[in-house]
Amino acid sequence: MSNAVLATPEVPFESRGLDKKQTWWERLRKGDEVVHLITLAGGWSILVITGLLVQHLWVYSRLSRHAFGWHFLVDSTWDPVNGVFGAWPFVYGTVVTSLLALTIAIPIGLGSAIFLAELAPRKLSNALTFLIELLAAVPSVIYGLIGIFLLIPVLFNVVPYVQKYFGWIPIFNGTFYGVSYFSASIVLAIMVVPFIISISREVLISVPVSQREAMMALGATKWDVTWRAVVPYARQGIMGSIFLSLARALGETMAVTMVIGNVAQVSTSLMAPGYTIAAVIANEFTEATGDLYLHALIELGLVLFVVTMIFNALARLLMLTMKGHEVVG
Amino acid sequence: MSASYPPLSRKITNVVMLALTGFCTLLVLSVLLTILGYLLWKGASSLNIAFFTKIPAPVGQSGGGVENAIVGTLKLLALASAIGVPIGLLGGIYLSEFAGGWSAFTIRYTTDLLNGVPSVVMGIFVYTLVVLPMHHFSTLAGGVALGIMMIPIALRSTEDFLRAVPRSLREGGLALGASKSETIFTIVIPAAIYGIITGIMLDIARVAGETAPLLFTAFGNLYNSPGWLQPTSSLPVVIYNYAISPYDVWHKQAWAAGFVLLSGLLVISIISRLILARGKKLSHG
Amino acid sequence: MKPFDLSQLSRAHEVRFAADESTDEKLPWPQFTVAALNFFYGTHQALKGINLIVPNKRVMAFIGPSGCGKTTLLRTFNRMNETIPGTRVEGSIRLGDKDLFSFPATRLRRVVGMVFQKPSPFPKSIFDNVAYGLRLDPSIRRREIADKVEQSLRRAALWDEVKDKLHQSANGISGGQQQRLCIARALAVEPEVLLLDEPCSALDPISTAKIEDLLFEIKNSCTIVIVTHNMLQAARVADYVGFFLNGELIELNRAKQIFQNPEMQQTQDYITGRFG
Repeated sequence: MSNAVLATPEVPFESRGLDKKQTWWERLRKGDEVVHLITLAGGWSILVITGLLVQHLWVYSRLSRHAFGWHFLVDSTWDPVNGVFGAWPFVYGTVVTSLLALTIAIPIGLGSAIFLAELAPRKLSNALTFLIELLAAVPSVIYGLIGIFLLIPVLFNVVPYVQKYFGWIPIFNGTFYGVSYFSASIVLAIMVVPFIISISREVLISVPVSQREAMMALGATKWDVTWRAVVPYARQGIMGSIFLSLARALGETMAVTMVIGNVAQVSTSLMAPGYTIAAVIANEFTEATGDLYLHALIELGLVLFVVTMIFNALARLLMLTMKGHEVVG
Repeated sequence: MSASYPPLSRKITNVVMLALTGFCTLLVLSVLLTILGYLLWKGASSLNIAFFTKIPAPVGQSGGGVENAIVGTLKLLALASAIGVPIGLLGGIYLSEFAGGWSAFTIRYTTDLLNGVPSVVMGIFVYTLVVLPMHHFSTLAGGVALGIMMIPIALRSTEDFLRAVPRSLREGGLALGASKSETIFTIVIPAAIYGIITGIMLDIARVAGETAPLLFTAFGNLYNSPGWLQPTSSLPVVIYNYAISPYDVWHKQAWAAGFVLLSGLLVISIISRLILARGKKLSHG
Repeated sequence: MKPFDLSQLSRAHEVRFAADESTDEKLPWPQFTVAALNFFYGTHQALKGINLIVPNKRVMAFIGPSGCGKTTLLRTFNRMNETIPGTRVEGSIRLGDKDLFSFPATRLRRVVGMVFQKPSPFPKSIFDNVAYGLRLDPSIRRREIADKVEQSLRRAALWDEVKDKLHQSANGISGGQQQRLCIARALAVEPEVLLLDEPCSALDPISTAKIEDLLFEIKNSCTIVIVTHNMLQAARVADYVGFFLNGELIELNRAKQIFQNPEMQQTQDYITGRFG
């Protein structure tokens, strides 16, 4: 058997073009290396841009960094005329408005997410979520517009009553001018609520049925199941959505600038006007005379960058570690 | 187990809490409708032909429009797309088709971080990058700022839609003697094209409303801005400047501009969703 | 060109496949000659020391339980496995008298076409699907393409069903038609070999019968290697059958022989259903 003779091919292989030499044109056309390199340049440009961004913020804030050091963050004098720059009023305003905004937004956002994920029929839920996500697409400057001409007039009618009964509490006293930490926080809360809702809803929906059934088998009510089984199971994703919202609130510029009053002071009362980091940059950047002034503003940008990056990174990390669930947004 | 289980108190908690979640949803929805309704009412009542065809009138005079801002916004978006779309596309192709391991992870993570950079910080960056060397504000600088802001979303959405193309299609192309790059350009990208276009349109809609980065790059302009190297007006900046001004005439203009801007964004967003739906329909017969 | 001799194969004695000694029939020349082939996915060895000959213009079927390596071997013939990262191949495969790995993979795949398990029409029109392979070759003129598309669709017995909707989406036709479209797409570039990876496993019996009929037509002009789960299908369409188990080629023989009187006990067990 090993000597069985086999027939020869009728068509020699040369005629199939398999052996033909590759022309340079064919090489180029078929060449994956060129495409690989070009797309690689596109991908890596992200790293270059981010690197440049960090470098520029660092270099262009050097005068201020050298002049004030860490005191920059805690000094409360912001006096461009005499070249003294302390960012405490802005840091304070940013932290207060963001935290207050989250305090308002988290319960409402989480409540809506629970309703949309657990109670509403899926079709209705999808339609409502689509509407709510529209809210996230409204530009910041339009929230500012609404804030100035709709929210503040409403607050002028409401706040006096609050102050009448609760004015003895320090955070509610003082004259209300309309523009205030409080107004800014409400606008911010409206702006971050869609984020909390849409991410949390998705996380809640993805909780496995087994988690619910285990509780239901014990005779739990719908609310028990949701609050004691579903929400704890999804808490990582929910925390992620909150961090993402916090990062967004901290860096939000236009809407806040338009309703916070832009006064570089630190007030206990939420009804008083204030300032935030982003707002002072937006207001004073084009008017900054002198390099130190400009560098101080850019250092504020650096601070904002670092803080928002930390919360963004935390949020991404939380969502990455959630098994088999990825949220892009 | 008795018929009264769960106890009445838990039943009440159940009903109250569930009602509260419904109330939260209602509250969010009513805020949304109030905002849209108010903008529609205020904006539409302030609109007229001159708004689209005239440049701003001097302070104190009525009339005038924001033609220069509309043109400025369109120019800024064109420039931003010219920068953001190619880089986003290439990067998306790289991530989905070529990158592996740490390189993919690094780029993906950096992209997500860049997406989270506050827009005002992006404005500072482009100010130091473009405006300082040129010594003046310009359409170019504004376009660069918006363009950089477009990259992360363009890149990640392109990557996601390319990834969703099944492996069987890629193998089908390779098995016919197409090289990897031929497969990418003639099969994978065409199969994902509707999704990619949708992602890019939504991306454009997102940066179209950005204001903060334009304040110190494109700045503003009361007149038309010829070419690409002069400061230019834009709709979002006009809304901002007019809204914080003390003049009632300008407030009206701000509402009208807000209405035009938001309508534009909603139209883009609806069209892009239709495109996506059409793409889905095509690929399923 | 020199005639082939099985003794050219290393370990040729392991090739359990020969001319029927009772006849004078000359064996067809080998399309593929595989010697000492090992294949690895990472550290997992999927093929172990495979030696075999695939004869020209015949239908050869690979059978065996899932995970036995039959699809892996099939995908080695057009080097599709190279597109999966972390794979490694050892040993030699000859296409005719040339080393398979000496050709550019893209050219090789035009000579060795492939149809996959799941119908995978491109999301393009029916015409564009069939024309896809032709358009990759700039030397094929535009005018020729329409003719060749029609010719291929006729060879795949699909022309009458789709001739009125050539420019509609290929996703709009039935699964069986889609699979025949994929065969037409592969035939359009006039390959010498057609590899079929369980082409009927996702199809209904009527569509399966159509495709089997089609294979009889094609084998006059093409070498066909088909991987199948279905032993009856192998018995119907194949001239030669190879039985694989755990990455090894257990037996290679004429179809009649293997189903009626297999040499190996494992083959006997498998075809009588004792493997499940």
